[in-house]
Amino acid sequence: MSFEPKIVGFLCNWCSYAGADLAGTSRILYRPNIRIIRVMCSARVDPTFVLKALAGGADGVLVCGCHPGDCHYSEGNHKAMRRFPLLKKLLADFGVEEDRVRLEWVSASEGQRFADIVNDMTERIRALGPSRIPGLMQADRIGR
Amino acid sequence: MTRTISIDPITRLEGHGKIEIFLDEEGGVKDCYFQIPELRGFERFVVGRPIEELPRIVTRICGVCPASHHMASAKAVDGCFGNEVAPVAHKLRDMYYHAHYIHSHIAHFYALAAPDFVCGPDADPAVRNILGVVAKVGLEIGVGVIKARAMAQKIQELLGGRTTHLVWCLPGGVSKGLKKEELESIKPMVEELSRFADFSLKLFRDVVLGNPRYVDIILNGPYTLDVQNMGLVDGNNALNFYHGQVRVVDFQGREICKYRPQDYAQYVAEHVEEWSYLKFPYLKKRGWKGFVEGIDSSIYCATPLARLNVADRMATPRAQEAFEEMFRTLGGKPCKALMANHWARLVEMLQNVEMLQHYCADPEITSDRFRVVPQRITGEGVGIVEAMRGTLTHHYTCDRNGICTSANLIVGTTNNNAPIQMVTKKVARALIQPGKEPTQGILNMVEMAFRCFDPCYSCATHSLPGQMPLDVSIYAHGELRWHFRRNL
Amino acid sequence: MAEKKLQIALYWTASCGGCDVAVLDTNEFILDVAQLADIRLWPIAVDGKYQDVEAMKDGELDLTLINGAIRNSENEYLAKLLRRKSKILVAFGSCAHMGGIPGLANLARKDEIFTRAYLNNPSIEPGNQKTPCPETRIDGEILHLPQFYKRVYKLKDIVDVDYFVPGCPPAPNQVKAVLLAVVKGDLPPKGSVVGASELTVCDDCKRTKAEKKVKRFYRPFEIIQDPEKCLLEQGILCMGSATRSGCGVRCPNSGMGCRGCYGPTGNVVDQGAKFLSALSAIIDSKDPQEIQEIINGLPDFVSFAYRFSLPASLLQRSLRT
Repeated sequence: MSFEPKIVGFLCNWCSYAGADLAGTSRILYRPNIRIIRVMCSARVDPTFVLKALAGGADGVLVCGCHPGDCHYSEGNHKAMRRFPLLKKLLADFGVEEDRVRLEWVSASEGQRFADIVNDMTERIRALGPSRIPGLMQADRIGR
Repeated sequence: MTRTISIDPITRLEGHGKIEIFLDEEGGVKDCYFQIPELRGFERFVVGRPIEELPRIVTRICGVCPASHHMASAKAVDGCFGNEVAPVAHKLRDMYYHAHYIHSHIAHFYALAAPDFVCGPDADPAVRNILGVVAKVGLEIGVGVIKARAMAQKIQELLGGRTTHLVWCLPGGVSKGLKKEELESIKPMVEELSRFADFSLKLFRDVVLGNPRYVDIILNGPYTLDVQNMGLVDGNNALNFYHGQVRVVDFQGREICKYRPQDYAQYVAEHVEEWSYLKFPYLKKRGWKGFVEGIDSSIYCATPLARLNVADRMATPRAQEAFEEMFRTLGGKPCKALMANHWARLVEMLQNVEMLQHYCADPEITSDRFRVVPQRITGEGVGIVEAMRGTLTHHYTCDRNGICTSANLIVGTTNNNAPIQMVTKKVARALIQPGKEPTQGILNMVEMAFRCFDPCYSCATHSLPGQMPLDVSIYAHGELRWHFRRNL
Repeated sequence: MAEKKLQIALYWTASCGGCDVAVLDTNEFILDVAQLADIRLWPIAVDGKYQDVEAMKDGELDLTLINGAIRNSENEYLAKLLRRKSKILVAFGSCAHMGGIPGLANLARKDEIFTRAYLNNPSIEPGNQKTPCPETRIDGEILHLPQFYKRVYKLKDIVDVDYFVPGCPPAPNQVKAVLLAVVKGDLPPKGSVVGASELTVCDDCKRTKAEKKVKRFYRPFEIIQDPEKCLLEQGILCMGSATRSGCGVRCPNSGMGCRGCYGPTGNVVDQGAKFLSALSAIIDSKDPQEIQEIINGLPDFVSFAYRFSLPASLLQRSLRT
């Protein structure tokens, strides 16, 4: 049985969560591997959430927000846009593979796009294999 | 069937140490091992860090002489940047370093050395500590010692912004200069320390040299080693703590070699034993010959006494007088009596205060040109300074973005790993005799052996009973036969 | 009849000794401590062997301060032993609190550390194949060394900790305040950080602070900084905004940026993540490419975000280990 990635998604209320809803109401089939958490804005996503998800055993984390210029709070997604590259850099320093954490812009009308992103991310992570973090944490507890 | 005496942990040592003594059937010492059970891996985990961060990371190798690591590291980093450094920065760094030396030498002499001499090496352990010293020489001195060391710390803080774990040096110089007001508050403290340095030497003369028994222990006790001597000297072969070439001299006073920092790896190598995490440096050209003394030995000491054995002279006049007096009394130079290290520290302290006075009078010391922006990254550097307890080497390489690609460190006490191993065994052999149960006097004497080297810790200047805990268990055939413990 | 003296212990695990010096830097105050307490274990300064501690009753020690990270089996053994024997156990200094500088070893592997130290470096004896072992047999005798662990832990990973005193090292005036609090029995709820402020270093820093908009980050040697202005505003990395205060702002006052040794303020789970947010917020750009270029001016970001706190971070160590 092939491994089923566990992906945690942080979706902003106004655009990307609505976009994901649209994927649902349009009956678009997409991989069930994503667990969605709704936040009011992509700016709400503290890098701590991403790290906590990974530390908790998530194989991947997806953050979605409105397209730049369309943020319901004007500039929230710009904040996310600035945080993300630095977060990716930090994760690379830790040895977390590039494809595991992703930032995407999804508008309320982009149901298909959302589905495509989830499918693509799931398959990439499936190819990478499960996150090594839970195993290492377990090893820390058992033996030194 | 052999019996084992385990001394664990040794105290007054950076990190942890233990001594294992194996007895033969008659009860004499068959063998003795001085083990260091600690490793943290600095040489590896600084790789990948921006090279200018290293001086602030490597201070955490040692919390008592962090400035030694900071300076050696800064010089290695200077090398990685083409040695482009504001000249005033070198003066400021040297000035700081002298104050740092004073703090450490005061602490060591009064807390570690003085009790053995003021109270006596076989005095009741309960009084053989700084409290006992104070009882004999007065509370005024105890408070004076605390104040003096606090002044040395204060001078460092005014100069470099911090004492422990300073963050001051960076490529091109230092991050902060000396303001005129700061210099004015330093000057009276330097004068006070100058008096204190004289006072300390006088105390040593009166209490130690005035007592024939102590002189006998220094000159005729088992605390000697026929190994080589290493220290840093300037162009005049005068002692220098911050800059110069490394010189090695044998115990007949002949120069074996003299090298520039960048050539260190041709002259010094490190031997590994499976029973210790700490390596054993030796003179590379002679090859590792084992833990043996003798004129051809490849083992060397790097200590205050070794430094004075190596230097032809001190760099300042009052220190020079004290230097000459010391060797006259000891019967010539070089001197093998390891106990003389305690004296050597006080002689060095005179050079420290005289150099502080020199810098206080230097109009350039308050210059605001204490930094330049270096223009090139040249990729490699070796920084060598004299740490209080030995020659300290930092060797770094970095890539063209200034990211560290390698680091190699030979730390002060590491130089003395083999000598400490050897003298501990020698003293244990001399004192633990077949047919005689080891007493607490023996434990004191074993202590005194490695204490000469000031193994990394300047510790209490204060009234904490400065007594090393020792616990001796003797097993025969796996059964505990005899047990002695020394407590407070 | 004299009141019974407090029974205290100070012990070091994988440490540098700076925290012990910090205690001594309380100067004359240490004389008072010696009057109020029996120091039963303090390897740098006083009597007390492991066997003495083993012989104590559980809880016999009123207070134990442990400084240093957990790097090997001896460190773990002593931490657990002292926990049993102590009523109050304090993680003293950055290493015990968060792993400290030795925690940076969590970015490397054990075999890499050993190879570099003992096999492959410019000054190792030519041809050496030996590395230290937990057990060595020589001439019919056995010599033991502690086992070096694969990664570094903070004290709380190994034993229950009552209080945390942050800093590398803790500032002497804070050390004094903590010792006095214990002597008087005047301590906050268990689990608190003591000897430090609830605010960040920025709050105590005297440099002028204006709007922060950075178009470029500079490494400290690349420019001559303005000594009056906030370092971060000049593009020089300073972690003050993500770091608890109490140190006296000693690094920015020396002209160098804070590196976070006092750890995060209360309720913050991961210091590096907070610093990342703060830093991103001041990047002055809306263009992804320009943002990337600005960020490229921050090499080896992990060692800034977690200089003292890697074992205390959410991910704790590199996945390469």
